[in-house]
Amino acid sequence: MNAWILIVVVLALSSLLYYVAKRRSLTIARSVGGIHRLHSAPRYYGIVAALLFAVPALVVLGLWISIDEGIIFRLVLAEYFPELDRESQVDIDWLTSQILIFAQTGRLGNVENAELLQLAAARYQHLTSLSQTLRNASVLALGSIAGFVFVLAISEKLRARPIAEGIIRGLMVFSSLIAIFTTVGIVLSVLFEAINFFQIVPVADFLFGLEWSPQIAIREDQVGSSGLFGSIPLFVGTILIAGVAMAVAVPVGLLSAIYLAEYASARIRSFAKPTLEILAGVPTVVYGFFAALVVAPYFADIGARIGLNIAHESALAAGVVMGIMIIPFVSSLTDDVMTAVPQSIREASLACGATHSETVKRVVFPAALPGIIGALLLAVSRAIGETMIVLMAAGLAARLTANPLESVTTVTVQIVTLLVGDQEFDNPKTLAAFALGLTLFVATLLLNVTALYIVRKYSEQYE
Amino acid sequence: MPQTPVSFWDTPKFKRGLAKRRAAEWRFKLYGLIAMLIGLASVALLFVSITLNGVGAFWQTQIKLDIFFDPAEFSEENLQAANYGKLVKNTLYSHFPEVTKRKEKRQLSRIVSVGADIMVQKMVMAEPSLIGTTKSIWLPVDDVFDMLHKIDFGRDSSKGGSGLVSENQLKWFDSLVANGLIDSRFNRTYFTAGDSREPELAGLLGALMGSFYTILVTLLISFPVGAAAACYLEEFAPRNRFTDFIEININNLAAVPSVVFGLLGLAVFINFFGLPRSVPLVGGLVLSLMTLPTIIIAGRAALHAVPPSIREGALALGASKTQTVIQEVVPLAMPGMLTGTIIGIARALGETAPLLMIGMVAFIVDIPSGPLDPSTALPVQIFLWVDSPERAFVEKTSGAILILLAFLITMNIVAVWLRQKFERRW
Repeated sequence: MNAWILIVVVLALSSLLYYVAKRRSLTIARSVGGIHRLHSAPRYYGIVAALLFAVPALVVLGLWISIDEGIIFRLVLAEYFPELDRESQVDIDWLTSQILIFAQTGRLGNVENAELLQLAAARYQHLTSLSQTLRNASVLALGSIAGFVFVLAISEKLRARPIAEGIIRGLMVFSSLIAIFTTVGIVLSVLFEAINFFQIVPVADFLFGLEWSPQIAIREDQVGSSGLFGSIPLFVGTILIAGVAMAVAVPVGLLSAIYLAEYASARIRSFAKPTLEILAGVPTVVYGFFAALVVAPYFADIGARIGLNIAHESALAAGVVMGIMIIPFVSSLTDDVMTAVPQSIREASLACGATHSETVKRVVFPAALPGIIGALLLAVSRAIGETMIVLMAAGLAARLTANPLESVTTVTVQIVTLLVGDQEFDNPKTLAAFALGLTLFVATLLLNVTALYIVRKYSEQYE
Repeated sequence: MPQTPVSFWDTPKFKRGLAKRRAAEWRFKLYGLIAMLIGLASVALLFVSITLNGVGAFWQTQIKLDIFFDPAEFSEENLQAANYGKLVKNTLYSHFPEVTKRKEKRQLSRIVSVGADIMVQKMVMAEPSLIGTTKSIWLPVDDVFDMLHKIDFGRDSSKGGSGLVSENQLKWFDSLVANGLIDSRFNRTYFTAGDSREPELAGLLGALMGSFYTILVTLLISFPVGAAAACYLEEFAPRNRFTDFIEININNLAAVPSVVFGLLGLAVFINFFGLPRSVPLVGGLVLSLMTLPTIIIAGRAALHAVPPSIREGALALGASKTQTVIQEVVPLAMPGMLTGTIIGIARALGETAPLLMIGMVAFIVDIPSGPLDPSTALPVQIFLWVDSPERAFVEKTSGAILILLAFLITMNIVAVWLRQKFERRW
């Protein structure tokens, strides 16, 4: 019985228990003189019984599934390969994958100790089925005990509704805690691996080094075996591309927001605003395709015609397309804060003889400025965290340059390229990705918090 | 009558200033108009270029071959072992009796896709009565000829002899076209096959199923959890530091870059809990953590919009707080919550970066049959195909983008419809 069937069985049994408990409460009600003698409505007895069955059963099932495989492999490896070096994660991973392949397909890779591996695979299969049986038994037993004890305990005095509401509220609290677990998970996982990384590569080398060439040594004594992990070129590349993006998005976004908020007729507005917002809903991989196969060749072509050497993976193409992606963030947030400026202020300015554009430039815009700056900071944070466009349209080689016509690489590109493919958690190449992730997380967090702070602190409150 | 002094408003200086200000006004308005048009033009350019590139993917150039299933070629007990490639090639050779050299024959046979023999094999295995008969079958041509037929790609370079297509192949292909044996037909493979290195055999079904399972997991986790969290935070939670902290957390999570969620998935689900790589289950878990903030924020807004009088009415009739929320408030807020969920799920459907990091980028031919089978997802498939050098993959990629966009647009339309149909003004 695999996990999916077990889940279905648990759900079926818990709904069965709902009816059993409900019926029992009705029977008891009849014996004590009517349904109004019960403390709670009959369905609450059912709900509590069902929840008491399902919740512990599913919790145990989830825990069991998430840890059993690791324990089984540890047991198998300790039994058959006791000489295995505990430190070498590579060997362990390789052996476990060989055992798994053999156990699932019966095929044997190119290995020297085939017999031992077969024994280990048999042992693995045995332990797995044992673990499954134990799991199914304990899940069902635990659920049944909790559920049936409750069913037996049903009496007219049992306060079922408060119990049910308590359980439901507990589940709700747990759900809202998941947000905290996620943040803690992000911080811990990134921080933990980043600390490991900084034990190999000093923090100063990472933050201020000018050269980035993350390679791992195949042999111990290889030349340049340590790899260079200076992240300045990545930061410069990220800022360069984000800068190009903002150079596109800020004028286009701001001016079109002003036009839409102040000048456009209702008809144009009702068409143009949602159309621009489509850009925010297009998946980033689509922009990546657009940048790599439409915009970049076009720019390279133009460059060749006017005698400029524009790289095929130039920061310019990636930046311009990213700018297009960000336009709706800038324009719709700006539009919101500008329309929030009260009409009376505009009318006052117009009454003093200012033209419409003077009103916008000298009255409305300054009044909306904190909100606009907040929107721009959010847009910058979006730009430096954007991955797919730069992954598909920008380069891979880290180059320290401020020329947008050359190819540069970014923090996010490096995170993905370092982690795609096989990875082991004991070499600096993989860990470097987590260190980069930490800097990215901190940078975006700071930008977001600053944006929020500016909006809260400086925006005018109108009645 | 004394002449009235010239008023300031009539001085040439003032008039010049006024003209200047009016010009500035006009310019400013023009800048705004241009900016808006640039924005709209980008939308148009994006969609037009993808559509123009992509519609071709739904058609495939095919060749009509009248294959005679010679009984001599088949042994009774093992249909699978027959030489199907030979059947296809011999039929093709029969159209060009003048081609006799081995090298030329090999060139000629390249016109038909390398997957043709497997298609014929499947056909015979499904219907053994075909043996001994002649049947005309449409088979896909190789992607190079597909591109040649559709957009004339590769014809010019063939003159130099260094191109994708040789002079002879071009001649043969053109004569096949002239005989009406080549036609563009609906590309069924594209919707029924998994990934392939050969563009004409590559299909989207594997990626679609992968996306389906990923999104299913995302929906099953993020909707109940998000709705419960929104209920707790909006209806039950006391206003204190702890709930403020949860709120700040949720708002911040909504702005964390998606790569960082990929790092989380890699470190926690794969490295720590030991879940398998490349499977939709892990992809769904990561995406649901990413989608949760959106759903919680939308859910809270929807709950907040339910007027207090509803709650007070229920409480006054003796309902408990939990009963009030679950039986009265949540049903009224449900359309808003669903709208938020659909928008969040639509975003998750287009998300690529976190899936790359948990390994859903492998080249997988098999179509996944559950959330624990290795698979890719639709946006990841797009990313993979963009990297492929064959020209035909540009078309396949754009087609995949069109399908992805069609899903997203449908979901957004459903969300808007839900909002308009069930939204209530209090």
